[in-house]
Amino acid sequence: MGGPVARFSVRTVPAPERTAEPRYDLATRLASVELPNPVLTASGCAAAGRELQQFFDVAALGAVVTKSIMLEPRSGRATPRMAETPSGMLNSIGLQGPGIDAFLAHDLPWLHEHGARAVVSIAGGSVEEYAELAGRLRGAAGLAALEVNISCPNVANRGLVFACDAGAAAAVVSAVRARTAPGVPVFAKLSADVTDIVAIARACVDAGADGLSMINTLLGMALDLDTMRPVLAGVTGGLSGPAIKPVAVRCIWQVHAALPDVPIIGMGGVRSGLDALELMLAGACAVSVGTAVFGDPGAPVRVLRELREALSARGFGRAADAVGYAHRTDRTT
Amino acid sequence: MTEATSRPVQVHGEVLTTRRVGAYHHLSLVAPGIAEQTRPGQFVALAVGGPDTALLLRRAFSIYRVSSTGVYGGTVEIVFAARGPGTEWLARQQPHSPVDVVGPLGRPFALPREPVSATLVGGGYGSAPLFGLAETLRSRGSRVDFVLGAGSEQRLFGALDAKRMASTVAITTDDGSTGLRGRVTDVLAQVMERAGTDVVYACGPMAMLQAVSRVCADRGVTAQCAVEESMACGIGVCMTCVLPVRDEDGMTRMVRSCVEGPVFRGEAVRWEDVGTVPDDTYGAPAAAH
Repeated sequence: MGGPVARFSVRTVPAPERTAEPRYDLATRLASVELPNPVLTASGCAAAGRELQQFFDVAALGAVVTKSIMLEPRSGRATPRMAETPSGMLNSIGLQGPGIDAFLAHDLPWLHEHGARAVVSIAGGSVEEYAELAGRLRGAAGLAALEVNISCPNVANRGLVFACDAGAAAAVVSAVRARTAPGVPVFAKLSADVTDIVAIARACVDAGADGLSMINTLLGMALDLDTMRPVLAGVTGGLSGPAIKPVAVRCIWQVHAALPDVPIIGMGGVRSGLDALELMLAGACAVSVGTAVFGDPGAPVRVLRELREALSARGFGRAADAVGYAHRTDRTT
Repeated sequence: MTEATSRPVQVHGEVLTTRRVGAYHHLSLVAPGIAEQTRPGQFVALAVGGPDTALLLRRAFSIYRVSSTGVYGGTVEIVFAARGPGTEWLARQQPHSPVDVVGPLGRPFALPREPVSATLVGGGYGSAPLFGLAETLRSRGSRVDFVLGAGSEQRLFGALDAKRMASTVAITTDDGSTGLRGRVTDVLAQVMERAGTDVVYACGPMAMLQAVSRVCADRGVTAQCAVEESMACGIGVCMTCVLPVRDEDGMTRMVRSCVEGPVFRGEAVRWEDVGTVPDDTYGAPAAAH
């Protein structure tokens, strides 16, 4: 530990108040939007909520983060698209989806009708595509926030990953912010596959991002030792699951230390309430449950229940008090 | 043809019995709420490895048989080969071991409204879902004939079940250790001729389903094929189990075999293109630009 993190910018959080009543205030804020609790789905791991509604009420979550939507329908990549790895998985889906028209006609209205708050993830191949997506979503009922996926690793050209370049990331964020209604926060989803995530985070915030989501999957690869070729048809894929949780904690920690007032949606390997708590202590004000859903469709509501217990066991009366608590400089608590 | 809908549930199941069947493992699970809803062709997705496992993804198994009555409540039976850390873990489980089960999943085999002559084709343990189907078809007055194939006698599953339920049973093995040496498609046309087959139901490896679909297409007979694509979730959210399927308008789409399958009409699946995204697929890169 140690290093140059945040000598001046660490927010000192007072020790949590111990309340006599077993009432816990789980509410959290994504910039201007208040959510009833901090547990969300993760983009690409919950489709648009319908499938999970068979297992729990998606309105019980803080929000549903939808699979990244693009302007046009998209077939995605060839199979195999998936490889299980130790405590993780690689995916190479390639943003398969119905396109924004079908999303606005079917998916977002469904979420709204079911009382869910939707954080809509958007992805594009150019600044203009992101801007057009934001424009199409403007005023849509049920839209709580935008998550701008500038970091999907499953694109043919690594140079097109906007989140790997501060200037490109800022250009997308500023175009999306300009086309989005003022009351709808814009979160930029960052990649940990960069030299300095704080620099990218800062560029996004300077360009108008109201918050940051981190982390996207890490670029990875696996070989089939029988065929002695890549397992994935797309050769490389995005690594997710508990295997990447320490990377997520590190990124959230660094960015929260540098930008303590910027809300962070944390994701990366959360499969229990304690995992969610760890990301919150590092600085996340909300936490997305992603890959865990594949193994346990009820994971988001289980994580919420376990998080409530974990917060209570540590004397946090409000979930918000746990955000960034690990950064406190007061050594007596 | 009719289809029934079901709503999957996630239950804390428990192993009731385990036994070896040739090269395979047979497991019966107490899984209340699943057996009652299951239709032939549907599957279950099991969590493997225990609560803190490094194996994150569910394993999908077609349902061999269900029993919705009895002292244990609803039970679900599966048959599988142990060939990886997940299925090896499952093979080690003993009676009373807890297993988290999600099901029933997927679309079942479409059933004829009228009595027909149905020929059921299974490859290896892929034959598992065909026996419940055979019972259902027979209870509706249909004729059932079986064609079962495998690499060897050890890998043949359900020959005795088949003999008990079917008008005729044809068996093929690659090594000739039982039945005729060869593939199911070496005898399928002949069986169909003799049985006057109206519909073929098939489950097994992709190459077998492709070959069965071709035989059926040549004879103008409907094939209902249950595919076994690798899946991460089984419930429609991960998008890994897709394959190119033509819809009724002839448009090819990459569809999820877990929710839109696992049963497809043989002529709808572009078998030769499985593992690719054909250029004329809806939303394919070539079509988009």
